[in-house]
Amino acid sequence: MKLSFKLAAVAMTLAIALPLSANAHRTWLLPSSTVLSGNDPWVSVDAAVSNDLFFFESFALKLDGLQVIAPDGSFAKAENAYTGKLRTSFDVHLTQSGTYKVAVISMGLFGSYKDAAGQTKRWRGTPETLAKEVPADAKDLQVTQMQGRIETFVTAGKPSKKVLETTGSGLELQAITHPTDLIAGETASFRLLLDGKPAANLKVTVVPGGTRYRDKLNELTPTTDADGKFSVTWPSAGMYWMEATVKDDKPNLKPATDRRANYTATLEVLAP
Amino acid sequence: MRVLVPGLLPTTLSAALMGVVSLPVVAADMNVKVEIPRLNVAEYHRPYVAVWLERPDQSVAATLAVWYDVKKKDKEGEKWLKDLRQWWRRAGRDVQMPVDGVSGATRPAGDQQLTFSSDKGPLAQLPPGDYVLMVEAAREVGGREVVKVPLQWPPKAGQSAKGKGESELGVITLDFKP
Repeated sequence: MKLSFKLAAVAMTLAIALPLSANAHRTWLLPSSTVLSGNDPWVSVDAAVSNDLFFFESFALKLDGLQVIAPDGSFAKAENAYTGKLRTSFDVHLTQSGTYKVAVISMGLFGSYKDAAGQTKRWRGTPETLAKEVPADAKDLQVTQMQGRIETFVTAGKPSKKVLETTGSGLELQAITHPTDLIAGETASFRLLLDGKPAANLKVTVVPGGTRYRDKLNELTPTTDADGKFSVTWPSAGMYWMEATVKDDKPNLKPATDRRANYTATLEVLAP
Repeated sequence: MRVLVPGLLPTTLSAALMGVVSLPVVAADMNVKVEIPRLNVAEYHRPYVAVWLERPDQSVAATLAVWYDVKKKDKEGEKWLKDLRQWWRRAGRDVQMPVDGVSGATRPAGDQQLTFSSDKGPLAQLPPGDYVLMVEAAREVGGREVVKVPLQWPPKAGQSAKGKGESELGVITLDFKP
């Protein structure tokens, strides 16, 4: 591979900020618990980019687009945030009863072009930085819009539904089964929406955590039906990583000509 | 109470036929004996225990008892109620603890007795049918176990049943006193 270290480094940098570009790497949020009782619960959340699930072994995940949404729909605080070499970590004080959503939302442009010397360059930024950073005489400029959403859910007390509402932008999960009410042996149903409409015929990858300690990935690969629906029968209890990506030619940021929309979630399945 | 009437009729009738003096509505008192095993472990904490009646569809007909650290300051004991994970999912998360007549302190190893009267409390409004007595125990730095004991309500004369745990619970005995 003459592709070289430099390109790999660029790809990795992109992986950190834009999970969607990572083929080999997986991005995730990992909550310390998803089902809590008591009147003063807290969760700690780790965020990382890695190969093995759920081990922080590669990069910390940037939290630029972090949103913590409380059961009543208001924004809650991420406290005690810390960014290390291998992971980012923060706490959430669950002051309300119900379900919280933790999401890292990213939106940006990814481009490649040939500069005046004919060398292939890669670039990442926003429509505003494009003009500044990409030379006006760039040739073969190809710009892709990246839309990413990484989520996890935690519930204090009784599960609630307000945070499960979708925004209608990018690839999103509409929960049919509540995402903090998942039990080994039971079947959960979800729907994937792209810009608020059913994302039909889309392959979803579901991988149980703990991959470091086994040879096989044991992934499940359901495909969404015409209505965007898919279901998963959980083989065992544990943390699961769920991911889907859509590539299409419907960007809404100029001058992108195509788009990659990604959805990633970490879901906990409890023993019966 | 009115929901009890159809199911009670046969019992009352047969009792009358046998010449036994029957109380007006009372079917029976239910006695539940929960054995908490003595465990030889380095760090022992009394288990949290939930006892409830489940319908055939696994929904909860009544929570009978929840033993946890009720006395801890700032309700800290409630933090671990979710470890009774089956009860928590089926009923616990829907109620605000403590619940009168249901919540209680954790109990030491040995046989623990619970008695429920059929004319008051959770059994008073229990419709006739098949139920499962569920006993779930979860111990701090220990394990968790559920023991199930099927029963019929109202009970037939002399009805009793037993279940046995293997780790966190011992023998669960269910009998009825007319």
